[in-house]
Amino acid sequence: MQKKAANFLSPIVACNECDLVQHPIPLHDEGWALCRGCEGPLYYHARGGVDRAFAFALGAMVLFLVANVYPIIELEIQGNRISSSLYGAIEQLWHQHMKILAALIAATTIVLPTVELVIMLSILLALRRGATPVGMSLLLRFLHEVRPWSMTDVFVLAVLVSLVKLAHIAHVVIGIALWSFGGMMVLLIAAANTFNLRELWEHVNPE
Amino acid sequence: MTPAIPTAKALGLYSCHTCGLLSRPSRRGDSHCARCGTPLHLRKPHSLARAMAFLVAAYILYVPANVLPLMETGSLFGAQENTIVSGVAYLWTSGAWALAAIVFIASVLVPLLKLFALTVLVVTAWRRSTWRPYQRAKVYRMVELVGRWSMLDIYVVAVLVALVQLRPLATITAGPGAIAFGAVVVLSMLSARAFDPRLIWDPVHEARSLDGSPSIRHHNP
Repeated sequence: MQKKAANFLSPIVACNECDLVQHPIPLHDEGWALCRGCEGPLYYHARGGVDRAFAFALGAMVLFLVANVYPIIELEIQGNRISSSLYGAIEQLWHQHMKILAALIAATTIVLPTVELVIMLSILLALRRGATPVGMSLLLRFLHEVRPWSMTDVFVLAVLVSLVKLAHIAHVVIGIALWSFGGMMVLLIAAANTFNLRELWEHVNPE
Repeated sequence: MTPAIPTAKALGLYSCHTCGLLSRPSRRGDSHCARCGTPLHLRKPHSLARAMAFLVAAYILYVPANVLPLMETGSLFGAQENTIVSGVAYLWTSGAWALAAIVFIASVLVPLLKLFALTVLVVTAWRRSTWRPYQRAKVYRMVELVGRWSMLDIYVVAVLVALVQLRPLATITAGPGAIAFGAVVVLSMLSARAFDPRLIWDPVHEARSLDGSPSIRHHNP
């Protein structure tokens, strides 16, 4: 499955930040190669490769599905239970004529994480079979644009802040979805670190 | 003295903004990266003007984001409007100091510092300054890293709005400040992405090639 012995094939790379041209050296341990000029990050080498990234991404996907179905937080007030899922929260905002806000939240916590995971899984699935997926360069390009806007990690911290704010009104029960989001956050970060964009680009041959 | 390293620009090579492939573009200038298809540019097109435009818009919206209520709390005892600052004060007085500090840093300090930092970056790059390029490059990296975390408040509003719908005891609705706040976060992220960090270094490299002395210092790791 591991096709490459050396983890870098391009003879020269330019620093993304200061434009200095340098020869990449293969990294043997996990970590960053830094630019000689500006000390900015040049490229990252991750351990494990395709199989490991696939395991992380698949795990994240399963947890993400769970996280979207179950309630994030439940409130208990005088015997009544109120709960809300992420979808419910977005719907509520939509009905309060905060459509822009609802769309922004839906995009950054549901749509774009889904896109990110689907792209990663489809590329990794193909690479595991030893093939280069159709349209891989388009998929990677898309992923490059999507990643900064997929904000599961921020959302998890926000729910924790909400827990504290709600604790004085009612008894708060942490829902299944919050645990799932937490787990998904960890797996997604692990997958993104292992799923190394710069190394994956080396699978795409220039036309 | 270390040997001078050439820049891709000096070698006539275009570094792809998406995949990092170095290529020599055709004469016509409208070339695309051979590997990923992204249009090739030596530097991000209109980087400073676009970064500044997003920045100005973010500054303008920063005012309503802090002044207008993020949330409106309604209860039997009347309505109350919550701005970001009052939210931090509430967490502080209820004893959650760590969270109060996190929210204060994430939602008041970071957005403002981020706007200031980007302003300094854009203005110094505009004036082709050679002032402290290492520090400016570091600041840019930080701004890119922390930008997304300011979305935190928006998510908190969404969660509270969804859960606290206990008519007539207590209801929470999102306020207009939330839209402005979300816009500030998105605009400052767009501004950081529009800014091309190579513009920090271009004047430094040019100064070096003009007077022949290496102004790039090297650390041995």
